[in-house]
Amino acid sequence: MSKAHVTTTVNGDEYEFLCEPQQSLVTVLRDELRLSGTKEGCSTGDCGACSVMMDDRLVCSCLVLAVETDGKHIETIEGMGTAEDLHPLQRRFLEINGLQCGICTPGILIAAKALLKKNPNPSETEIRFWLAGNLCRCTGYDKIIRSVQAAAEDMRKAK
Amino acid sequence: MATILEESGFNPGADLKIVGTNPVKHDGLDKVLGRAKFGADVYLPGMLYGKIVRSPHAHAKIKSIDISEAIKIPGVKAVITAADFPELPQGSGWGDMSRTTIAHEKVLFDGHPVAAIAAISEQVAKRASKFIKVDYEVLPHVIEVEDAIAEDAPILHEYMRTKGDETAPDVPTNICEKMVSKVGDIDSGFALADYIVENDFDSKPMHQGYIEPQGCIADYSQDGLVELWTCTQAPFVYRDRLSAILKIDAAKINVQQSELGGGFGGKTGFYAEPLAILLSKKANAPVKMTLTRTEVFRGTGPVSGTKSRIKMGCKKNGKIVAAEAELYFQTGPYTGSMYFNAPNAMFTRYDLPNIYIEAYEVVSNRPKVNSFRAPCVPQIVFGVEGLVDDMAKKIGMDPIDFRLKNAAIEGHTTIYGDTWGPVGFVETLEAAKATEHYKTPVKSGEGRGVSCGFWFNRGGETASSMTLAPDGTVTISTGTADVAGSRISIAMMAAEELGIDVDKVRVKMADTNSLGFNRVTAGSRTTFSVGMVVVDNARKCIAELCRRAANEWGVAEEEVKFENGEVKPASSNVGNFIPMSISDITSKTTMTNGAIVSSSSMNVTGAGPGFGVHIVDVKVDEGTGRVDVLRWTVVQDAGKAIHPLQVEGQLQGAAIQGMGWALNEEYIYTQEGKLDNPGFLDYRMPVASDAPMIDCKIVEVPNPLHPFGLRGVGEVPVVPTMAAVGNAITDALGIRPTSLPMSPPKLLDLIENRNTSSS
Amino acid sequence: MDQVRYTAPDTLDAAIALLSDDKADSTIFAGGTDVMVQLHSDLIEPEVIVNVKNIPELTGIKETEGVYTIGAATPIAELQEHRGFCKTWPGVIDGAELIGSVQVKGRSTMVGNLCNASPAADSVPPSIAAGAIVNIAGPDGKRVAAVEDIVLGPRKTSLKKGEIIVSMTFPARSLHSGDAYLRLTPRTEMDIAIVGAAVNLTLDDKGICTAARVALGAVAPKFLLVQECADALIGTKVGKNALDALGKAASNAANPITDKRGTKEYRVKTISVMARRAAERAVKRAREN
Repeated sequence: MSKAHVTTTVNGDEYEFLCEPQQSLVTVLRDELRLSGTKEGCSTGDCGACSVMMDDRLVCSCLVLAVETDGKHIETIEGMGTAEDLHPLQRRFLEINGLQCGICTPGILIAAKALLKKNPNPSETEIRFWLAGNLCRCTGYDKIIRSVQAAAEDMRKAK
Repeated sequence: MATILEESGFNPGADLKIVGTNPVKHDGLDKVLGRAKFGADVYLPGMLYGKIVRSPHAHAKIKSIDISEAIKIPGVKAVITAADFPELPQGSGWGDMSRTTIAHEKVLFDGHPVAAIAAISEQVAKRASKFIKVDYEVLPHVIEVEDAIAEDAPILHEYMRTKGDETAPDVPTNICEKMVSKVGDIDSGFALADYIVENDFDSKPMHQGYIEPQGCIADYSQDGLVELWTCTQAPFVYRDRLSAILKIDAAKINVQQSELGGGFGGKTGFYAEPLAILLSKKANAPVKMTLTRTEVFRGTGPVSGTKSRIKMGCKKNGKIVAAEAELYFQTGPYTGSMYFNAPNAMFTRYDLPNIYIEAYEVVSNRPKVNSFRAPCVPQIVFGVEGLVDDMAKKIGMDPIDFRLKNAAIEGHTTIYGDTWGPVGFVETLEAAKATEHYKTPVKSGEGRGVSCGFWFNRGGETASSMTLAPDGTVTISTGTADVAGSRISIAMMAAEELGIDVDKVRVKMADTNSLGFNRVTAGSRTTFSVGMVVVDNARKCIAELCRRAANEWGVAEEEVKFENGEVKPASSNVGNFIPMSISDITSKTTMTNGAIVSSSSMNVTGAGPGFGVHIVDVKVDEGTGRVDVLRWTVVQDAGKAIHPLQVEGQLQGAAIQGMGWALNEEYIYTQEGKLDNPGFLDYRMPVASDAPMIDCKIVEVPNPLHPFGLRGVGEVPVVPTMAAVGNAITDALGIRPTSLPMSPPKLLDLIENRNTSSS
Repeated sequence: MDQVRYTAPDTLDAAIALLSDDKADSTIFAGGTDVMVQLHSDLIEPEVIVNVKNIPELTGIKETEGVYTIGAATPIAELQEHRGFCKTWPGVIDGAELIGSVQVKGRSTMVGNLCNASPAADSVPPSIAAGAIVNIAGPDGKRVAAVEDIVLGPRKTSLKKGEIIVSMTFPARSLHSGDAYLRLTPRTEMDIAIVGAAVNLTLDDKGICTAARVALGAVAPKFLLVQECADALIGTKVGKNALDALGKAASNAANPITDKRGTKEYRVKTISVMARRAAERAVKRAREN
């Protein structure tokens, strides 16, 4: 069984890797590229912990074949911010305590960022339905929603 | 000198600068950047991938296992079965634990591990698993409690007799334990009652639902030392249990807790770890093992399903005079469900003169249950609080007033023998009554439910060490697992005690080599117990700082004091010495007695009970039985909220876990005893669009046995949840659901029954 | 599944050749949200995965004189962003929106949802109610089929070996038309429908229903296009009596199973409720047009 040779861009960096044809993107991101910020919670697209952006679309990386990312642009949590330059979402999640154990947090941040790009002023209901694909078991979602609302306001004001 | 357990130093009038504020969590930055390392986030050189082979049968004898084809697959480095495990007798505690980890004589649930493989890739391991040949003799299986206790039920263990029941006949049974609890005299109690209410309730097992599947990496080196990295709530407990079932000296096993992606009690017992360790030994390489979500559902411990019959009686004036219960709990194939929590907690918050409870633990062909928050209690309180509401309604009393009428206060002696110091149940009820939510009238077409609950909160063995660096910053090593970011609260308490900025303190989860035994993170004990030892550490360090300063100044130790992060003369009489900061002292330790460190290890006592009251508004779609939860308020006594946003987070998370359990979460089995919904699609946990915002009101009735007065908060908030939703639905529909989950088909049936009986 | 090969042809003919190959069992990979799950749980064990997203005929949304043609590899998210389609066929969007999370919709397709052949698929009843057809290409050439003729039963379609659906076409809309799809799930999102009902109808100037198509999902081994349901609405103003008749007809037509998502009895009862509500919503939309 031969592996596929793939060239893809992740967070602006070009990566080349070999992968088995049936391997999912989340497996390759973590086990080949050692970008373990993206988490695998269910492998069936039901929990959203593996959320990434692929060519500006929010997707579950457990449902994408690594081999089909050839020539595409992937964004993961590792590309979202740094300690000195946090994304407003990251800043607000910290301030408002929108995370407890943190396992769902990368997926939620990527998903929320995608929402705010599309809709800079979402209602509470719109945020909830957009994030319905991201399970959280610790927070009850309350502070997650509030963090997204606060970050959205920060981003609107900054414009 | 009195210990901290004898004299906590709690000062109700203290001017606290850090405790009670909301600094950003120290673990938060790594978590929002994706840098935090969870169980599956470690990669070691030469690492192999481990895969478990599981039974497809709910109950079967293992006649033989043939691994010979599997080990020949290129890339396979080791295959293990029960034969690789040390002999431990059936029916013993360790023997049961070994058999939970991997099947020995029999498989006892669909998903029971029978073998494990380590290979150079997941793909190879997966392929090899198809070549493991197991010869099963399939046996009849039993899942539900009522089937397991029936006359002709298939028996799981021939050796099993009911512990605690001397009257039981000497024949094999599936009832592993019985417990009877009493207060007063139940018959005379009911004789005094003006109103009696009674009902049968049942609940299905639910899963803790942590988003991170179990993941670990084990490295068994050639010299016999085991390094284990894993997501666990109980590193020391894992170490000692691994030592017992693998017969490896405890000192040769080092367990390092990773960040935990949710546990809620489900990661207090291991699954992959013993298998990964033995594979690593056999393969002579580190072995990484992660569970898939399907495996998490099929193979890890859920929460007990239950059957209960509860009866309560009260007088016209609202005083409850008698309470009786017969309870059954599923435990999976072996004992260990913590069912005894239910008799001890179900009525505890009310001052009841007469109580009689019979509780039974029953085995069946399901995975061994594991803890959840408040193990075995919320699903029973569902019934209790429902009956309490029924009594209040019969009398025409406001539901909170009825509970106030019966509320236990300081000095109450509980059914399990503790006498309470200051407690805040009354205050919590009164605060609930005063909330905006409670004062807002219920909208037409909606229903409102109130419910309350109690949790013991625990202390237990806790150890930690504190080091002061030359630059005056503080490192704390703790061994009680951090499950939700409690390390910030620990740092805050230390910083408060030391009078320094919380940013100058860092808390690290130490490995088991580094500290004395720490009990599992459970029982809502972490912030309380670790806080206790850390404050003890801080005081010891402060004493040493004072000693060094006194020494340098040439004065007696009693002539110096520590205030706001500095040692200074106790009065101007002592001398005109410039106060010394921590770093002034610690930067000179090479010339004094060496580094300033302290260690504290104790069996923490004095944890104070917690109480919560939940108010829930729902709307039921009478055409389909669907429920929308519209509004939720949680009121809880935290003693002292060290980090209020963290406390709120616990309350809100618990509310929504309870909501899921109340409405939709359950295990569904096929006729063959196989789990039919081992995934998030059909095991229906609440999603963001299902939940309302959750308002929180933190009440603070301090526990003076803790330096800051705090009470554990993790478990109390789950206890009232299902009853609150159940009472709200009852209010909306005029008929009470008694079976959990209160899913749409069940509610639609209730609605139709109500409609036909009233027409 | 361990010997699987991956290929991404960029022409329709190349794809058909691969799919027709008797020597290798292949599976079409478009959105992949069903295929990935089935692949990794060994429910399917193809020898070749054929990624069809690079084939021009399968991409894009085209509109000519009110007739919409959606490429088979078009993600639902793209469809949701197409204002014209959303305005014309809100009922189809009702269904498409419910296929899964935003992440799943970023990849999944209407045609994939159809060909996966689950009788609970959400985008199919409203497509049937809309009268949509699929354009098929295969080794024997091109053909057209009504959407309701594609699913024969759970996981079985009427497509022959080597055939691939290229696009789905929706007919032009008449004035005063409205469609809607509603499903019953315990949660607000992320569930598979326990029952689903789609109603597409047209009113005349006086508000009387002149045409209707009612399609039911998750209540039989295949999707049901129920004439009795349509007859309950046609010729009426879609008032209470008509809706009652519609509900009864829906329950009568239903032949569901009991499974982990719902019992037979519950489905028979609730399909009536959902059909009525879908009709009410469709009528409201029709009146607004």
